[in-house]
Amino acid sequence: MAEAHDRPPEQFTLRLRRYDPESGEAPYWDEHTVELEPHRSVLEAILQARDKFDGSIGIRCSCRQAICGSCGVRVNGEPSLACHTHLDAAKLGAKDGVIEIEPMGNMPVIKDLIVDMDAVHWKKIRRVTPWLLAKQPVPEREYLVSKESMVDVTQTMACIQCGACVSDCLAMEVDPGFIGPAALAKAYRFVGDPRDDQQFERLNDLAQDPQGLFDCTHCFKCVQACPKDVNPMGQIMRLRRIATNDQHIVDVNNGERHEAAFTTLIKNNGLLWEAELLPRSYGGNSWFGKFAPPAGRELLSSLPAILKALLRGKVTPMGALRPHKIPSQDLKAVQSIYDKVESRPERYELNLYIAGEDEDAAPVATASTEGSDGQ
Amino acid sequence: MPEHDVLIIGAGLAGQRAALAAAETGASVAIMSKVHPVRSHSVAAAGGINAAISVDDDWRSHAYDTVKGSDFLGDQDAIEVMCSEAPAEVMHLEHIGVTFHRNDKGEMDLRAFGGASTKRTAYVADITGQAMLHVLYEQLMKHHETVARYEEWFTTSLLRDEAGRCGGAIARDVRSGRMEAFTAKNVILACGGAGQAYKPTTNGLIVTGDGIAMAYRAGAPLMDMEMVQYHPTCLVETGILITEGARGEGAHLLNANGERFMEKSAPNKMELASRDVVSRAEQIEINEGRGVGPNKAGIFLDVTVVPRKRTLEALREIVNLGRDFAGVDITREPIMIRPGQHYIMGGVKTDIDGRTPIEGLYAAGEVACVSVHGGNRLGANSLLDTLIFGRRSGEHAAARAAGMGMPKVDANAALRGDAERIDAIVARERDGRRVSEIKNELGELMNRKAAVFRDEEGLQSALETIGRLREEAGKAWIDDRGTVFNQDVLGAIELGYMVDCAEATVVGALERKESRGAQFRTDYPERNDEEWLKHIDISLGEDGTPRVSYSPVTITQWQPEERKY
Repeated sequence: MAEAHDRPPEQFTLRLRRYDPESGEAPYWDEHTVELEPHRSVLEAILQARDKFDGSIGIRCSCRQAICGSCGVRVNGEPSLACHTHLDAAKLGAKDGVIEIEPMGNMPVIKDLIVDMDAVHWKKIRRVTPWLLAKQPVPEREYLVSKESMVDVTQTMACIQCGACVSDCLAMEVDPGFIGPAALAKAYRFVGDPRDDQQFERLNDLAQDPQGLFDCTHCFKCVQACPKDVNPMGQIMRLRRIATNDQHIVDVNNGERHEAAFTTLIKNNGLLWEAELLPRSYGGNSWFGKFAPPAGRELLSSLPAILKALLRGKVTPMGALRPHKIPSQDLKAVQSIYDKVESRPERYELNLYIAGEDEDAAPVATASTEGSDGQ
Repeated sequence: MPEHDVLIIGAGLAGQRAALAAAETGASVAIMSKVHPVRSHSVAAAGGINAAISVDDDWRSHAYDTVKGSDFLGDQDAIEVMCSEAPAEVMHLEHIGVTFHRNDKGEMDLRAFGGASTKRTAYVADITGQAMLHVLYEQLMKHHETVARYEEWFTTSLLRDEAGRCGGAIARDVRSGRMEAFTAKNVILACGGAGQAYKPTTNGLIVTGDGIAMAYRAGAPLMDMEMVQYHPTCLVETGILITEGARGEGAHLLNANGERFMEKSAPNKMELASRDVVSRAEQIEINEGRGVGPNKAGIFLDVTVVPRKRTLEALREIVNLGRDFAGVDITREPIMIRPGQHYIMGGVKTDIDGRTPIEGLYAAGEVACVSVHGGNRLGANSLLDTLIFGRRSGEHAAARAAGMGMPKVDANAALRGDAERIDAIVARERDGRRVSEIKNELGELMNRKAAVFRDEEGLQSALETIGRLREEAGKAWIDDRGTVFNQDVLGAIELGYMVDCAEATVVGALERKESRGAQFRTDYPERNDEEWLKHIDISLGEDGTPRVSYSPVTITQWQPEERKY
């Protein structure tokens, strides 16, 4: 039980990234050693250093329990809430036993560990029309909606706006204009809300924006970074599925055709046929796609890259013209996945807030009460 | 110099609700907070919000439960307002987007909560406060043209005109360090309680009694400051809160003998008695050696009796809290908890429209004492309090603004005064104590001497210590000499606020020679309606010491009776 937390205090050394905008000097590293129980948080360690050694250490913080979203930082390079990271785990993750704490990425630093969230994070949130556009007329009592739908959007409602996903977003690093994981997750909170009246308009807006829905590169960094299981990339993928499969939005970014081409090629061949992907994404999802003018233009403009790949032996002309071959039983296996998924009356969406069946609870509980819980 | 009809200080639920209500009337509104609005401590409210929305329920039943929960110290006119307006307010929140949990019919689901005679608590998993706060902020973003937002601005004092009316505030932009005077026809304080005067507390580090102390210094009376709620289920080490929703879903409290000890003090309601009753019962178990864990300082909260699927769906946040902050899977084993400082029922004295006795100054939410909570607040009534009285304050202040001109205040003198005060703190010699040391001593003192059980001797010594701490706080030194995000100097100002709040609490607790609600005096263990069915008001005397006076409790339809759960 609580025995897990009975370990005595230990020493932990923190290496803090400091920056004083008034000094005219560059950022620097500052080390402090504190004493705390190993299960205490990195935030408590920073606060101890601040209280005992240097009151000028800047960090936003309040609740100490991962709900206010103030203390987003990078611990050993990974975005986290300082209050939600245990010291022992942080020490294990440190290169040289010293816990390294830096401000979040992708946002300008104001002072020490404090970043300008308004300039990046909140600006992007404001981009997605972040309020309910309620169906009219407004009922006298509550809107009658399914239990599942509310639990479903509660997963994105659980976002605490800490910015950890923004900090680590690789697509945003390349394209700072990308709407990004937090704001798109916020968009799902409305798109998935049956009380909202503008599902199509919202999706169309985000799909047609070159820095919107289809700018995400599926790197999973935001999923890993999120301290609240919001699963931002999962929400982006759901937005895409609703935009393309359900609302049939064909976007100027070729996102819809790209996904359709991807799925068709794998269904037909078992593996991706890379040379077909580009022309189909631009020209349409069939072998004739390459003859459509937009595909021609795109192929033409990609010629230098194609030539380079040919010269370096990354592709061969024959390899490009023919799909990859896999054994026929493997192809069948892939196609049976398609059959199974497509035959379902509804699409399954993974949502961690919708709890599964209570299969394993009973036996485990029985076993442990028999054994150790004598008191 | 910015001028507004209504300036709201604090951007939690009460402040944001006030801003939206005032803006709806067309008034020029500004909302100011020392943190970004979604960081406000309303975010941590977990369990839900009470409203008699079920067809089988009646707001009078909600009102009676609240009166009884308050140990008959709550003002019944205010309680009637809150409970009768609750259903419409909760529906309004639903209409603007709060994702309330539904039942199988698609209606809002309701859960049981402490001190309530029926299931009356609407909820969003166990992140109700967060969901509501974020949805209100969505509305603030929507209405950005009508509500000016000053995010990360720290208020240093209230402005008053020659007639003593409130006419704005002085504030410091945390980011740049720039000081600014804000003139306003009305100021609404909505900046929360003073939990950080206790250590440990469930309250965030920002909850430092700013509004209470600023109003007190400006001459407004504080009411019922002795009434400090200890929440029955906080993690033993850190004081982190485990929602009452856990008990609402059926969790048990167990002592070291595995007994559900609540049957001794509340045989009917058991774990769902009101918070003061449960916290006291726990503390008795601990004091009498039936606690669990190291030093027998804890009590077991057993959530394993709740079906695991239900726990994962409706109590997800505390599953995470248990795992991350106590190393316990609450769906599989009991978790160790104890009572911890959580809420102050007292605050700046207001009427049912949020008006304080200072004209032009309003207060709503935990900073205020209307009083709807009296001696003890029921769980899930605080979110309701913030919304109802936030809205009423906003509406009333906007209406008042419509009929008057901008007040004439000597803002420049006040601005210079506050700037000099801050410069003086920054320049202090390092020969006293650090701000953090004094704050720790204050918090530990309050948690020892002004907690669940109190007595004359302990309170008297606490008062003396607070006197010393006040002196030390006036000389406490800091490290940060900069202007950009100088959180150090703000901490020194906050320390002064907390000392004021702590002093008022102890003075009130000494004064009230009876046991009622959260105030349990071991030297006066009985409730004494004859002498003490009244509010204790505390004002700042001209000599700088607290002055005590009394005001009557408003009783409309429920006469005091013995309180049993």
